[in-house]
Amino acid sequence: MDIFSIPSQVWFGQLLIGLINGAFYAVLSLGLALIFGLLNIINFAHGAQYMMGAFLAWIGLTYLGINYWVALVLVPIVVGITGVIIERTMLKHLYKMDHLYGLLLTFGLALVIEGLFRHFYGVSGQPYSIPDSLKGGTNLGFMFLPNYRAWVVVASLVVCFFTWYMIERTRIGAYLRAGTENPELCQAFGINVPLMITLAYGYGVALAAFAGVLAAPIFQVQPLMGSNLIIVVFAVVVIGGMGSIMGAIATGLALGIVEGLTKVIYPPASSTIIFMIMVVVLLIRPAGLFGREQ
Amino acid sequence: MTSAVKPHSELLRVTDLHAYYGESHILHGLDFSLNRGELITLLGRNGAGRTTTLKAILGLVSRRTGSIIFNGQEILNLATHKIPHLGLGYVPEERGIFASLSVEENLLLPPQIRSDGMSVEELYEMFPNLAERRKSQGTRLSGGEQQMLALARILRTGAYVLLLDEITEGLAPVIVEKLGEVLTELKKRNYTIILVEQNFRFAAPLADRHYVIEHGHIEKVIEQADLAANMSMLHEYLGV
Repeated sequence: MDIFSIPSQVWFGQLLIGLINGAFYAVLSLGLALIFGLLNIINFAHGAQYMMGAFLAWIGLTYLGINYWVALVLVPIVVGITGVIIERTMLKHLYKMDHLYGLLLTFGLALVIEGLFRHFYGVSGQPYSIPDSLKGGTNLGFMFLPNYRAWVVVASLVVCFFTWYMIERTRIGAYLRAGTENPELCQAFGINVPLMITLAYGYGVALAAFAGVLAAPIFQVQPLMGSNLIIVVFAVVVIGGMGSIMGAIATGLALGIVEGLTKVIYPPASSTIIFMIMVVVLLIRPAGLFGREQ
Repeated sequence: MTSAVKPHSELLRVTDLHAYYGESHILHGLDFSLNRGELITLLGRNGAGRTTTLKAILGLVSRRTGSIIFNGQEILNLATHKIPHLGLGYVPEERGIFASLSVEENLLLPPQIRSDGMSVEELYEMFPNLAERRKSQGTRLSGGEQQMLALARILRTGAYVLLLDEITEGLAPVIVEKLGEVLTELKKRNYTIILVEQNFRFAAPLADRHYVIEHGHIEKVIEQADLAANMSMLHEYLGV
């Protein structure tokens, strides 16, 4: 069966790639949206922190024999702790200043982190093999589905849903939403807002590292893997609307798919389609698809 | 000024309080004190420093100097989020209802600071409208309902000193009347209340004492008993 005289296998193949990219966009933009909402900081280090996730997983496996499953839990915690340290020592001095300062600081941090990894490991990609239990694939009849890629989509969606549930349906999430809306009043009620901000940054960074570990067996593990991705993720956040949780998840997935399908229909546009959508959305809805006008 | 204060029941004493927002110096040496179970008002024109006085007590200004003794403890250098846990509840100007929270989430938001606050059931009984609309978005309520919610929210926490900023602003007379009843009831239950109020007719019968603030300091203290004799002077101060 052909659609637009393109074999359906190609469509499904690109749909899957789009879904996987979309899953990464969703997890990464979710972290960015969370951080921006509560800290008012545009976390440019997000790509570097994603790369740290992939790299620490690789280092763990290569030098310490830490397997994929342990890394998937341990690495986000470790990278999250580095985030907590960054927030406590640097970011907390910037909250009352213009967004630009947070952007500059985190951009500088990204350069430093990437520079360190380049210094020690060079720019060539390191391979990370797929864990044994997820090797191989399943024939769905209309296409061949590699097990690991299916796992990436499922794991990302579970993490996104878990985060959404925590924020929208629990008491801690109510603190978070209230703190995003009016931190001063939350303090006046006796809520420890500075602690919440630290934890939110740590969690956002841990999400990036989690995406990094998921990405390690799919993409080459190399110091600049994050900076290639993060520009697109920023576009996703702008389209979805800064600070909207559901918006970040839905937009991430949808744009991944749009990007994948563009590769089939008109390949030259596939790397710019997201930015074209961003321009159109900004013209029509400056606050983003799910954002609230200020 | 505070000669009538019985030392054993004094709950709050503010001495030479200065407060700043960034570079601007808002309070210029404010002095007042409050006994347990009293209701006082802070009167004055817009911009006189009444709201800032409440915020300075709660640590919501960028810098403050002087002394604020609460229940025998100096709270000037206490972290902002720890101050409410001493027993203070705050209803901010324009109510501060959170748009991203439902009515019930708004009600449950402030952490409990003492175990003897009112229960949710008790509060829903006191404000039945809130019970009906508990699943609505907080800011979808009418102005009056939002004000009830802002009050209910701090009564649940067990706070026994209430800092209320302009709670009658923009509300219909029948709601203002209801708020008056609520405050009378709270006074009966021995709550201590600082009321920042523009609506003098609302505040006058409730208060034990009135402080007139001008240019960031206390210009005049009027005991409830002397109110009638001071009316013309008050009108002049308040510009009404």
